[in-house]
Amino acid sequence: MLSRIVTLIIKELQMLLMDRSSRMVLIMPVVLQLGLFPFAATLEVTNNTLAVFNEDNGNQSLELIKRFSKAQAFSEFIPLYSELDIHQVLDNQKALIVIRFPADFSRNIAAGHSATIQALLDGRRSNSGQIALGYVQQILLNYNNERLIDQRRSPPSLLMTRNWFNPNLTYVRHIVPGLVAIITTISTLIITALSVAREREQGTFDQLLVSPLTPGMIMIGKAIPAMLVAMTQATIILLAGIFIYQIPFVGSFMLLYLCMIFYVLALVGFGLLIASICATQQQAFLGVFSFVMPTVLLSGFVSPVENMPLWLQYVDWINPLRHFIVIVKGIFLKDIDIPIILHNLWPLWVIAIGTLSAANWKFRQHLG
Amino acid sequence: MNNALSFRRLRALCRKETLQILRDPSSNIIAFILPVLLLFIFGYGINLDSSAVHIGLVLEDTSPEARRFANNLYGSPYLQVTTGLNQKAMEQAMAAGQIRGFVVVPQDFSEKIKRPMETAPLQVIIDGSEPNTASFVQNNMRGVWNGWLLQRATEHGEKPATDITIESRFWFNPSAESRNYLIPGSITIIMTVIGTLLTSLVVAREWERGTMEALLASPVTRTELLLSKLIPYYILGIVSLFLCVGVSVVILKVPFRGSSLVLWGIGSLFLSSSLGMGLLISTLMRNQFNAAQAALNAAFLPALMLSGFVYEIRSMPEVIQAVTYLIPARYFVTAIQTIFQAGTVWPLLLSSGLFLLLSSVFFIGLTALKTRRRLE
Repeated sequence: MLSRIVTLIIKELQMLLMDRSSRMVLIMPVVLQLGLFPFAATLEVTNNTLAVFNEDNGNQSLELIKRFSKAQAFSEFIPLYSELDIHQVLDNQKALIVIRFPADFSRNIAAGHSATIQALLDGRRSNSGQIALGYVQQILLNYNNERLIDQRRSPPSLLMTRNWFNPNLTYVRHIVPGLVAIITTISTLIITALSVAREREQGTFDQLLVSPLTPGMIMIGKAIPAMLVAMTQATIILLAGIFIYQIPFVGSFMLLYLCMIFYVLALVGFGLLIASICATQQQAFLGVFSFVMPTVLLSGFVSPVENMPLWLQYVDWINPLRHFIVIVKGIFLKDIDIPIILHNLWPLWVIAIGTLSAANWKFRQHLG
Repeated sequence: MNNALSFRRLRALCRKETLQILRDPSSNIIAFILPVLLLFIFGYGINLDSSAVHIGLVLEDTSPEARRFANNLYGSPYLQVTTGLNQKAMEQAMAAGQIRGFVVVPQDFSEKIKRPMETAPLQVIIDGSEPNTASFVQNNMRGVWNGWLLQRATEHGEKPATDITIESRFWFNPSAESRNYLIPGSITIIMTVIGTLLTSLVVAREWERGTMEALLASPVTRTELLLSKLIPYYILGIVSLFLCVGVSVVILKVPFRGSSLVLWGIGSLFLSSSLGMGLLISTLMRNQFNAAQAALNAAFLPALMLSGFVYEIRSMPEVIQAVTYLIPARYFVTAIQTIFQAGTVWPLLLSSGLFLLLSSVFFIGLTALKTRRRLE
């Protein structure tokens, strides 16, 4: 019995790796995810444009402008000379943020009064705007504190902020663990769905069903090659993350791979179900695409799950990627404890049992 | 020979193409179900505003001074605070993802803050594994803390330590809601899927089924062939575009300040560029499976990653920034976000429109060239 399954697995792997177009399906995502995603997927604000309308021109405003333009967030600086200029740069997205110093700014400070500066931001990029505003506020705060110390007073309180797991808030550290999970998703689904669809398209699926292999064995034969290839691809991304992108891996590899096996099982069920409703490889490919897209968009990879409306968070529970991303990120960056892993792992077990039994039932239907 | 364009033949071909679209379940799914589904996923699922983040508070000092600060934290609409006595438990909760950060008010906090020459530090630990949320937590904490300091200074009759303040205003989107620009941006992705993915399959399907040879043997000219592929899908795309806009405005409540006419114009340009790209892929590939893949890699992924719809183009490395200038979706994202949020900003819309026009000419022209070669 075992030798039959092994033969089936070898045959599947050969089919997968011999055919040029299915090789492409497997290689393209890895190349893109290694070369493009870590660089392009970023919500950081760097090298942006700051515009300043200075009606004051006193010492204080000049000093502050010097500090703002030195910030890492801004590499380009546009001086503005009129109200009209503000409209022009903001409307046409020439600048993300405009800072305006009122005419009495330095005078007010010299007289010991408080003074206010204005920040105008492009609402079409409000997320970046908020981050840029945060930088500006921090610079202002530091400046205020320095002036206090110059006056021989001390600031009454300070916030000592520290970011754990990712001290400089670099986006790559958030993206790469996510990519490990996403590549596993894409290739497992593509391999299982396409291999079954190919058999059906070519009519060999019926031959498989009349062979001495039981539906369970066929499923194992489809699951294990997918598992092998997906885990190899995940390993490539993982190693690239550690060695090329220099992200420290703090957890246990063994735990990660163990969880990955459960995750792949949950996905194989989905892949087989997609294949069972598709007649051709092309339909299966589009089916996988239609499944992967919402799965990725709602996984917490693009924006946090907790920002979704509550009803969607409940619906999203059946999204296996959502649970697995927490596990991969947790093990990769935080070295989370086993109870936390289990808390995110049991939904995967439930999903795997559900989808695999549904797929098994579908396969038996073909027999009957 | 026959004329380059016969309206009778063109009408017949368009009719055939339309019937094919309507009868094929898979193109129905791509054209109608997927767009609405995607719009709802983008509308409800993608939200960058961490508007009620869970954070922890460890009060090692329970004096009235510390409680005042704690009350300000509780009062913040952007933070949901859980109080604990133990830092270890907070660290655990943060590793588990239950809270995104925590503040520790140290034991000697109230003593230090009473002495004028001393600084009382507050410790803030933030989960950096989610950098965007971390920035939000940091900014919100700073806001609360600043408010508390000002309040305290006023009550004690002191001059506030922070005498320069900043007042911010978001133009076009006063409440700074990310969905107001993410939803219009996502329409670009949807139009890309319809325009490119659907058409990439069209010509390839004719080759696969052998009906292309039959068409080429008929008196149909190249112009008619191309137009018959473009017109039905153009109508389909424009209907979807306005369907998406309608859903965004009516159901998802995104403000729309521009003109529908301008949107129709620039939408048509983007659509013809997407359709052109899809047809080109399809003409080159001649195989539906490869065409679908090529369309995903050449149109969909760049539209998602490099259009500036979610991710910030200015923060990408310069090489990638240069590549984004070649991607039609980038111009349509800018245009549609502007039309929705800011209204009609002519210089911006004209330059985007010009590029979209160039790319349409490029893709459709190239397709025409490639089609001729096979006719000979």
